[in-house]
Amino acid sequence: MSVSHDLSPLIRPRSRILTRFGREVNWGDFVFRRLTALLAALVIAALAAMAAAMVHGSAESLRQFGLGFVSSQVWDPVRNVYGALPFIFGTIASSLLALCFAVPISLGVAIFLSELAPAWLRGPVGFLVELLAAVPSVVYGLWGIFALAPWLRNTVEPLLGRTLGFLPFFQGPQHGFGMLAGGIVLAIMITPTISSVSREVLRAVPSALREGALGLGATPWEAVRVAVLPYARSGLVGAIILGLGRALGETMAITMVIGNRSEISASLFAPSYTMASVIANEFSEATGSLYLSALAEVGLLLFVVTVLLNIVARLLVWRVGRLPEGGSL
Amino acid sequence: MPSSYARRKFTDVFVRSACVVAAVLALIPLISVLYYVTSRGIGGINLAFFTELPKPVGESGGGMANALLGTLKLVFLACVFGIPPGVLAGVYVAEFGDSRFGKCVRFSADVMSGVPSITVGIFVYSLIVLQTKHFSAYAGGIALAVLMLPTVTRTTEELLKLVPESLREAALGLGLPKWRVTLRVMLRTAAPGIATGVMLAVARVAGETAPLLFTAFSNPFWSSGFGEPTASLPVSIYNYAVSPYEEWHRQAWAAALVLLLLVLLLNVSARLLVRSRVGAR
Repeated sequence: MSVSHDLSPLIRPRSRILTRFGREVNWGDFVFRRLTALLAALVIAALAAMAAAMVHGSAESLRQFGLGFVSSQVWDPVRNVYGALPFIFGTIASSLLALCFAVPISLGVAIFLSELAPAWLRGPVGFLVELLAAVPSVVYGLWGIFALAPWLRNTVEPLLGRTLGFLPFFQGPQHGFGMLAGGIVLAIMITPTISSVSREVLRAVPSALREGALGLGATPWEAVRVAVLPYARSGLVGAIILGLGRALGETMAITMVIGNRSEISASLFAPSYTMASVIANEFSEATGSLYLSALAEVGLLLFVVTVLLNIVARLLVWRVGRLPEGGSL
Repeated sequence: MPSSYARRKFTDVFVRSACVVAAVLALIPLISVLYYVTSRGIGGINLAFFTELPKPVGESGGGMANALLGTLKLVFLACVFGIPPGVLAGVYVAEFGDSRFGKCVRFSADVMSGVPSITVGIFVYSLIVLQTKHFSAYAGGIALAVLMLPTVTRTTEELLKLVPESLREAALGLGLPKWRVTLRVMLRTAAPGIATGVMLAVARVAGETAPLLFTAFSNPFWSSGFGEPTASLPVSIYNYAVSPYEEWHRQAWAAALVLLLLVLLLNVSARLLVRSRVGAR
């Protein structure tokens, strides 16, 4: 064909501008790139602004109480004296209790779904476990108040009291509402987090490792234990830390079942109070700037701890994807 | 091997059954929650529930129409403020994100997705409620948008990266400018997946309570526009559940049923959407 391939009508000179270095750039590209960069910066800005707002909000309390804030047990809005130790204790204890329940179950689920389950079962069970994460926190709370707490009060706690009552963990009045209920609800809520991240981690393990172990005559479980788990270890720890981060910050469900009494007790039956719960219960009713500031400082502590945990967890999970084949840890 | 074959076989069967037990244990709460919410909530669902305002304590009947509308308003605002910036930030990270700045954005998004929702509530309270001096749907919607932002950003990025480079090369080869390639080819190809991710994020924030407690607050009446305290289903469920009144408990269960249906519907349809387009993921 003799038609000349003249592309000049497609190139509109108006649509090009010069960059600093004298290179031609399409103006649309120029604008588009800067616009998206601006919105990407918004993500960083939001995180930074959150940190700044927390520090600013809690400045008065930080000045007033200093380090004593985290070691004092007195929380008295009437006398305007605030110490967060009972809340810190409640948050940490309930989260650790939740991990005790959730870690074995979640790892079991993850190993089941990625290694042992028949293929037709993986999709449906995985879907159901993720639905567990879809149920709103407040619905778990409602269920906790009217289904879990009565069951604990009438069945589980009497049983534990009779059989293990000699331990300090299982003594005292049995309300149903308390540390045990809080731990169970948290465990239910973090199980999908831990199991889905663990599943991703296990999936990232090269299948050559598995096949090698199986080829040497290992049983399926031995293949997992010898070849898969050592490779995935840091990622699994990361998954657990992510779950811990979620447990620490979880608010509604635990507020509704933990009893909301700021006391420190060894008993799992005793009511307790968490950092997130005290903010949820008192923030909108707080009068006086020092009271608000103290609540904001509780929020700041929660923020700092969860951000740090998240950073550690992400680094650990990333590592698994980047390990050399068969590399040791 | 020191251990005999029979013992190894036994351990294998034992651990495998333990994993099955774990899976069953994990699903028991789900079944129990679904059972309780359905059986207790179904009785409270009637026309009045969807059309009337809550009745004061002592009077039976009434509904939660204001909370339903409030939740829709808040979710709408969250979508308006959360989705466009999230998607465009995700585009940046996917297309130009190899720089240090891009890594920083990605990392911030990851960290932000782990920030407790209650602290987002405090943040928006000091950012908006303190400045405007009153609770409003705007404040609530922005709090939910902040919660959505990291999820939407990361989902968009992940899905854009799945689009084959050959599509981009073909489009560039046809002479399209880069930005149009990104918008018309890359983003459009990834759209069903991004829609799924966005719907999951919407489903999550629709059920959020903690960040609304002191941003949107609650309101026993209709709220006009977006500038007034606004009732929402999750906050109403909370307030009713912790109240001592039998009648309110019934309303709380009914509201929980509606909320759960809404959230599960979003979840399931989001997953079906992706399955029908790209195959099981």
